[in-house]
Amino acid sequence: MQTTTSVYPDKRGRFGEFGGKYVPETLMSAIEELEQALDEAMASDEFEKEYVEHLREFAGRPTALTYAKNISEKLGGAKIYLKREDLVHTGAHKLNNAIGQALLAKRMGKTKIVAETGAGQHGVATATIAARFGLSCKVFMGAEDMERQALNVFRMELLGAEVIPATSGSQTLKDATNEAIRYWVTHAEDTFYLIGSVVGPHPYPKMVRDFQRIIGDEAKEQFTARESRLPDEIIACVGGGSNAIGTFYPFIEDDVRLIGVEAAGKGVDTDQHAATITHGKKGVIHGSLTYLLQDEAGQITEPYSISAGLDYPGVGPEHAHLASTGRVQYEAVTDQQALDALKLLSVEEGIIPAVESAHALAKAFERAGKLTPNDTILVCLSGRGDKDVHTLMKHFKGGDES
Amino acid sequence: MNQRMNQLKEKNDGLFIPFITAGDPTPEATIDIALMLEEAGADLLELGIPYSDPLADGPTIQEASKRALAGGMTLEGAMKLVPLMRERGLTIPVVVFTYFNPLLQFGEKRFTELAGDMGIDGILVPDLPYEESDDLNTLCNKQGLSMISLVAPTSNARIKKIASRAEGFLYCVSSLGVTGERKKIDDRVYDFLETVKQASPVPVAVGFGISSNEQVKEMQQHADGVIVGSALVREIAKHEDLLKDEENRKDGLFQLKTFVTSLISS
Repeated sequence: MQTTTSVYPDKRGRFGEFGGKYVPETLMSAIEELEQALDEAMASDEFEKEYVEHLREFAGRPTALTYAKNISEKLGGAKIYLKREDLVHTGAHKLNNAIGQALLAKRMGKTKIVAETGAGQHGVATATIAARFGLSCKVFMGAEDMERQALNVFRMELLGAEVIPATSGSQTLKDATNEAIRYWVTHAEDTFYLIGSVVGPHPYPKMVRDFQRIIGDEAKEQFTARESRLPDEIIACVGGGSNAIGTFYPFIEDDVRLIGVEAAGKGVDTDQHAATITHGKKGVIHGSLTYLLQDEAGQITEPYSISAGLDYPGVGPEHAHLASTGRVQYEAVTDQQALDALKLLSVEEGIIPAVESAHALAKAFERAGKLTPNDTILVCLSGRGDKDVHTLMKHFKGGDES
Repeated sequence: MNQRMNQLKEKNDGLFIPFITAGDPTPEATIDIALMLEEAGADLLELGIPYSDPLADGPTIQEASKRALAGGMTLEGAMKLVPLMRERGLTIPVVVFTYFNPLLQFGEKRFTELAGDMGIDGILVPDLPYEESDDLNTLCNKQGLSMISLVAPTSNARIKKIASRAEGFLYCVSSLGVTGERKKIDDRVYDFLETVKQASPVPVAVGFGISSNEQVKEMQQHADGVIVGSALVREIAKHEDLLKDEENRKDGLFQLKTFVTSLISS
């Protein structure tokens, strides 16, 4: 794999004070086994070759770098470039990570995969790669998300996966993750838990980052070839934060302004948002210490976003670290701002982005106006909007936001 | 380790350790249930603090948490029940069971100090494995609190390390998975218990899934004690209406005691 850019995580799986392994003892041996297998795989040329080959032949990498000429000229500020993860097979960056982890599962001799999914993009990516690799696949999904994203549920089933409704709590991503971990506790011997973002106990945040850094590595090369320099700013949306860390990571030591965009939902002054870094406090969720939306007593509170993919009360521990050191700036964008940006990109550039990605776009459009045509902004367009058309139709035609 | 915990070590056989969720169905009922349990033969009480996202627990205890939270129970409220139990004559050690996040928000130091003040004897944090528990362990030592360690059938090479720091009693997870009743417990548990007993300086108690008199007897032969959670919590839920109502609580407690007695009678 590529040379490491930062020293994190340390041996204990910590990014500064964040990260770690806060899991029941029953899972510790499975996690230790994973850690060892991951280290060996990442040091293996053969593993890298296989991973890169699947990215090229199956996922469709490298993805394009697209200059958003119409919007850039319309806004009259910085030039905006899009890293097109929406062009990855299955429609989002999620497949990069699913390929890496599924290869690792095979290498470890596991025959079954369990995963959690919110919007369904990670579930679809996992079901896809499980089908290709001949692994059996169970996906936990919040019962409410299953309703919101019925199309993706059908897609997973078509690919041969079993979709299991999580009926506890808010019946969204948080609860699907709880259920997937509970399932894994019982079946760790033959089952690999394929986490969809840079969250969870060590080594998950590091592993997912390393499988997603392909986004940033490609972008760096493509952007330099195109503009003969690095971008001035890079912007990506942050739910758990995997597309963002994948994009940022190769630029951490460069002189580039990095901006992560969280979901402000109906506004950060309401209780309906998912702005974990901007408004959360340090806490432990799903095995790691990070920023977390919670009440004073430490009970986890329900996040809200129009985007099921950003609707998560935690965030990857590396983001928590990057926020606390100030290396990355985190801001929040409302449902409405994201939808406006989504419409603008669709009309001006002929690309319908995922609502998640539209959060990053909204911030980019706002920033562009404040910069000059000599400046450049790179946006990670993490996924395509097909999965969201139902939500969008309701919003744009019926005025119902739910 | 304090006086009450030492008694546990002296008895060291046929230990019965029940788990209940604080505030389920009401704080007053929790106190009465605790006293009933001691009367029925409990050697230690595991008092669960309700949490919104209990990763190591199955549906039965999850529901109990939900009921207790809906009734307004908090970490501090749960701990403050212990001196009330003591006032009413409870003499067995009490171990507080809490997930790490509520404890972290309360403050690790503040938590251990309050636990000490409230006459609590130990704490058990199911999502804080050995590697993450140094700080809390040090704070516990200052207050004479035992930090209860867990070992699982998958712990293998970790058993020695974990057992070396065990205090109070060592919690053996009978089988993989979350808490909850199981029809059958895998026979492999006996070898596992044997290994743990050899490594453990404190009594070894086995939990997860134990819900019948037959299982209790079986496990008592291989371990120093048994922990019963979900089966008891299910029974509490069954008599929720009686237990909630001050007038009828006695009837509810009687039913519960009958259940506990039948569970542990030899």
